[in-house]
Amino acid sequence: MEHFALWLSAFLTLGILSFLYKDNPWYKLSEAVFVGISAGFWFVTLFWDNLVGKFWDGWQDEPMLWVGAALGFLMLLRLVPRIGWISRWPLAFIVGATSGLWLMNYLASNIMVQVQATIQPLFSTSYASGPDAGWGAIVGSLVIVVGTFTGLVYFYFSKEHKGAFGATARVGIFFIMITFGASFGYTVMSRMSLLIGRIDFLLGDWLGLIN
Amino acid sequence: MTFHRGRTSSLASGFSARLIIVIVVIAFLAAPAMWSRADGPDIVLAGSDSALVSLAPVTSLVAADNTYDNGDALRLTWVPSIDDRLIDSKIIGYRVYRLAGTGEPEAIADLPPGSNQYLDETVLRDSVYSYYVSTLSERAEFPSNRTAVISPQREWINLDRGYLFLIALAIAGAVIYYVTVAKRGKKLFVRKIAGLEAIDDAVGRATEMGRPVLFIPGIHDMDDVQTLAALTILGRVSRTIADYESKIFMPVARSLVMTAGREVIKSSYQAAGRPDAYSDDMVNYITDEQFGYVAAVDGIMVREKPATVFLLGAFFAESLILAETGNSVGAIQIAGTARPAQLPFFIAACDFTLIGEELFAASAYLSGEPRQLGSLKGQDVGKVIAMVVIMIGVISLTFAEAWKIEFMQDILDRLSVVFSTN
Repeated sequence: MEHFALWLSAFLTLGILSFLYKDNPWYKLSEAVFVGISAGFWFVTLFWDNLVGKFWDGWQDEPMLWVGAALGFLMLLRLVPRIGWISRWPLAFIVGATSGLWLMNYLASNIMVQVQATIQPLFSTSYASGPDAGWGAIVGSLVIVVGTFTGLVYFYFSKEHKGAFGATARVGIFFIMITFGASFGYTVMSRMSLLIGRIDFLLGDWLGLIN
Repeated sequence: MTFHRGRTSSLASGFSARLIIVIVVIAFLAAPAMWSRADGPDIVLAGSDSALVSLAPVTSLVAADNTYDNGDALRLTWVPSIDDRLIDSKIIGYRVYRLAGTGEPEAIADLPPGSNQYLDETVLRDSVYSYYVSTLSERAEFPSNRTAVISPQREWINLDRGYLFLIALAIAGAVIYYVTVAKRGKKLFVRKIAGLEAIDDAVGRATEMGRPVLFIPGIHDMDDVQTLAALTILGRVSRTIADYESKIFMPVARSLVMTAGREVIKSSYQAAGRPDAYSDDMVNYITDEQFGYVAAVDGIMVREKPATVFLLGAFFAESLILAETGNSVGAIQIAGTARPAQLPFFIAACDFTLIGEELFAASAYLSGEPRQLGSLKGQDVGKVIAMVVIMIGVISLTFAEAWKIEFMQDILDRLSVVFSTN
């Protein structure tokens, strides 16, 4: 059974990789197996985690769970065309509640914390000594302050990017693009580790060519 | 006899007096131990007591409700044992015991020497608890007095976030003001966003080529604001598609997004006066599994060869795979996400990219609707506040640190209080 699972894994892995050449029946088969099994897996997982794990096991102790259950039931009314419009209510609830919930979270994490972290001294007596000594500390502070400020100017939508304002916004987009460049390289390296994992499986676990 | 009786009586009374004194002394000496037994647990020996070193227990142990939570935590504070201050202290740590109601003590945490607080996050709201803390040596435990019984409470309002609330109120006030202004008919300016200018052209191209438009709303659910922004843009895109009599296909990774997507497209087709052209098959659920979804969407791209691909919403490792496949089939691609790690891939592989907040601004820009425009302008007020605070903060901190100007330090302290998120 273990050998069968190993060969099946290798077969499906090569099937997905065959897409690099072009779309073909092998890829279509692997894709269908992947999609079908994962959809079934998620159905079972959500059923046991949410319906059974949360609602069925806890409805006696937590009356609020009935609200969730009722909203979930209303979603199912889509299946009845005559009253399907009721399914918009739970959707409206989710959208509204999500917006309200995230408003404060984003305000705290994306504005308050960012502003606090950006407030740095451009010159300081502490830059003369200690671990952050030297011009590097000054340049570092300047990059953070100028980059954040000009980035904010770029994302200001109420004024055309012209003149001095446009030039400041242009500096902002330079900072953003340099950041994206660094992020690109970093993320590509992490994606390579995924590829290495698959090649390690094929050459090591399956073919036994590497230890 | 009388003498004897009298002597016996005198001896007896003297013995009784001594006995009483001895009993009183013993009782006096034993009293603290008895009192402590009545109030707290016994000393617990681990093995032989021949080498027992007595340690002072912790004092001033207090259990209090953890403020501003859902009633699921209690906070214990105490003064560590005085023996903990010694350089060669015999204390190896502290053990926290909890009694639920009138139940048996249960050890819930072992803490290192020097600890003076513990947050118990395994309690149930409205249940009753008491605690004691034992000072641990190698061979024994020396328990403190028990706390009074306490019950964790839920608080509905977090007063620690008062300034956060005020800032939110200021931004919300600005939004309401601009919405009102826009509703009165005043034209609110919003600068051009390049990616959005291309939407009509991109849909027109799909119509001319007779190929469908593929709309991918990311892989997150309706509780992600990026998905909400994507669906708002979908409203405009599907309206244009309905006007041009083109075709749209939207594979999704979440069932709720499927439902919402169908609602949005249906509304657009109705608004365009073509409700008969709408079909539920335009939006299909694939799977919740990230790479299963990617495999399916890649397959759709190479088989259907869409003329235009929209990649708007929350994307993760699949962003480059999808964008590259779309590029390989020659589709014009308009992407947008607020995930900083994925934006570089979209910028590299797509024709137009909405960067971060441009995705959220897009819906207002596209619709020109007063409420959305007012909301966008209100958010700009928030950015102005942030820029001003950064300027003031940086100047204050620089002057305070470089030239020790106290006034600047005061400003800085005030800003720290206001912008603290606790």
